[in-house]
Amino acid sequence: MSDTAAIELVGVHKDFLSHGDTVQAVKPTDLAVGQGEFFSLLGPSGCGKTTTMRMIAGFEEPSGGTVFLDGNDVTGVAPHKRDVNMVFQSYALFPHLTAYQNVAFGLERKKVAKDEIRRRVGEMLEIVSLTGMEKRSPREMSGGQQQRVALARALVNGPRALLLDEPLGALDLKLRQQMQIELKRIQREVGITFVYVTHDQGEALTMSDRIAVMEGGRIDQLGTPREIYEKPATRFVAGFIGTSNLLDGSVDSVTGGVALLVFGPEEKVLVPVPASVTDGAKLEISVRPEKIDLSRDAPAAADCSVLTGTVREVVYHGTSTNYTVRTSAGADLVVFDQNAYSAEDLAGPGDRVYLTWSPQHSYPIGVRP
Amino acid sequence: MRHRLAPYLLVLPGGLWLLLFFVVPMVTMLSLSLQEGDVVNGYVLTGHWQTYVDAITNYRVQLVRSLIYGAITTVLLIVAAFPVAYFIAFYGRRRKATFLFLLLLPFFVSFVLRTISWRYILTDEGILLGPLKDAGLLADSFHILGTPVAVILGLVYNFLPFMVLPIYVALERIDPRVVEAARDLYASPLLAFRKVVFPLALPGVFAGVLMTFVPASSDYVNSAVLGSSSTTMIGQVIQSQYLVSSNYPTASALSFTLMAVLLIGVFAYARALGTEDVMKVAAR
Repeated sequence: MSDTAAIELVGVHKDFLSHGDTVQAVKPTDLAVGQGEFFSLLGPSGCGKTTTMRMIAGFEEPSGGTVFLDGNDVTGVAPHKRDVNMVFQSYALFPHLTAYQNVAFGLERKKVAKDEIRRRVGEMLEIVSLTGMEKRSPREMSGGQQQRVALARALVNGPRALLLDEPLGALDLKLRQQMQIELKRIQREVGITFVYVTHDQGEALTMSDRIAVMEGGRIDQLGTPREIYEKPATRFVAGFIGTSNLLDGSVDSVTGGVALLVFGPEEKVLVPVPASVTDGAKLEISVRPEKIDLSRDAPAAADCSVLTGTVREVVYHGTSTNYTVRTSAGADLVVFDQNAYSAEDLAGPGDRVYLTWSPQHSYPIGVRP
Repeated sequence: MRHRLAPYLLVLPGGLWLLLFFVVPMVTMLSLSLQEGDVVNGYVLTGHWQTYVDAITNYRVQLVRSLIYGAITTVLLIVAAFPVAYFIAFYGRRRKATFLFLLLLPFFVSFVLRTISWRYILTDEGILLGPLKDAGLLADSFHILGTPVAVILGLVYNFLPFMVLPIYVALERIDPRVVEAARDLYASPLLAFRKVVFPLALPGVFAGVLMTFVPASSDYVNSAVLGSSSTTMIGQVIQSQYLVSSNYPTASALSFTLMAVLLIGVFAYARALGTEDVMKVAAR
């Protein structure tokens, strides 16, 4: 990553007028995407991720703020004069042109020499494994192939950044997983900054260097996939990324940066907290289902969180078995148990069980240091 | 057995209709064009091909004029209809249906009546020329009525929706993302139009030309109402041969000749520019 960000948004926001009311589709946002980074904008539909991307591409003008590409202010610059290219959700291939002509379109507009165009289009079609398909029209190609043409058509221009708007949304699961790996490979190969818009958290986690999780026109959290999964900043992020268990409680005591919350005679939760948290503070704690151990016997170790409860549901998922446990702390906790050693269930519905996890596997949400 | 007959039964109503009102009149007309005689003494089928030779020789001027008027009308229609269709398709939003209705609204009034109203607009001291002449912007002797301009204007006006609608349908089918993709790939708005929107609209233009050139070339109302003896079109000749001169063989022969010329023209046009090829040519 060099010093100048490939893409930078400073105070960018977008207001729409709807039935006489102003709606902020994107609230004032600051964002910097590094050179060569695979950056994802993740969120449910209507969270403002697509609008943000369209402001980078130039299809939407921000209502305020500045857009920088490679350090140059491009706010108000028309899309065809911006050195970024986009892969559209529905591919938006030119139906009247062949695969080759589709890919060559941008280079022709840039008045690149004919030989050069032939060479670069050929190379790009090879990268996306479409050699031999030059003369096909989009109509004669499968969804996956059209997807590759769309990708090649954007990448062949060697843009500063590639913007991808839910590019895999229309493909079936198998093909989507295959394309995820392929996209990642292509990105490494060409070394171009990718900005990837998706509502699929699995996709974002597997592919991205960094993710911005958006909700209601705002970035809730920006970080690496690991940070976002392990330390969700808000309740929304915790719920949107993977499955999360949330516990509410107040702090009884803090010792050595670890807060103790007591829920019953043998029930307690230990969670590492920043110094700002003191006795009596209300906390919302997130624990991932795969971090929790489920057992019918009381745990031996004293320095871990323990809750008791009754198993309500057992669902077999092949690689894991999922248990839903109603705890005395007032919340239903989900536990994933890997079926690594035993094909037998650890407990059945109605069984009294102990849930344990080590303190570093839980995280207080929304607490500022 | 029943399901095998079903397709033929389905064809039956339309087929009978065509037989009765298309094939039978055509055969009658062909036979009429090869008959000799007059209204009083009746006509006899003699296979007199000379009628065709005479009719074409005598009315060559009107025939060629009609084709020229038809061609000019078609070109002007494309120029006039494209922006209208473009506006409705891309900027009509929720009012698309309203705009299309407005486009068709005048056509609830009879064809002839509407054409006659153009006389009032175009007449020498009418609402258009009157004020311009009073203001001294036009010479007093200036006139439009009775000229080819008036006739072609009337034709363009009367056939406008038949060009707008097919172009609109073609434009409406264009995914706006495809236009954005062109803009994203360094095409200016004008270039995006030329390289993407226009080629994709060509099938509509193609259909519009078919729907307007044929009826415009064989039209007989606009020239009769807005033109003069120097703008007589072949449709008028046929009409007067039938209804005024009662010269049925000549009228039939002219009708057949016009039909043949238009059919050959349309086929040549379709062969030369199949819609697929049209788009490929334009995309170059």
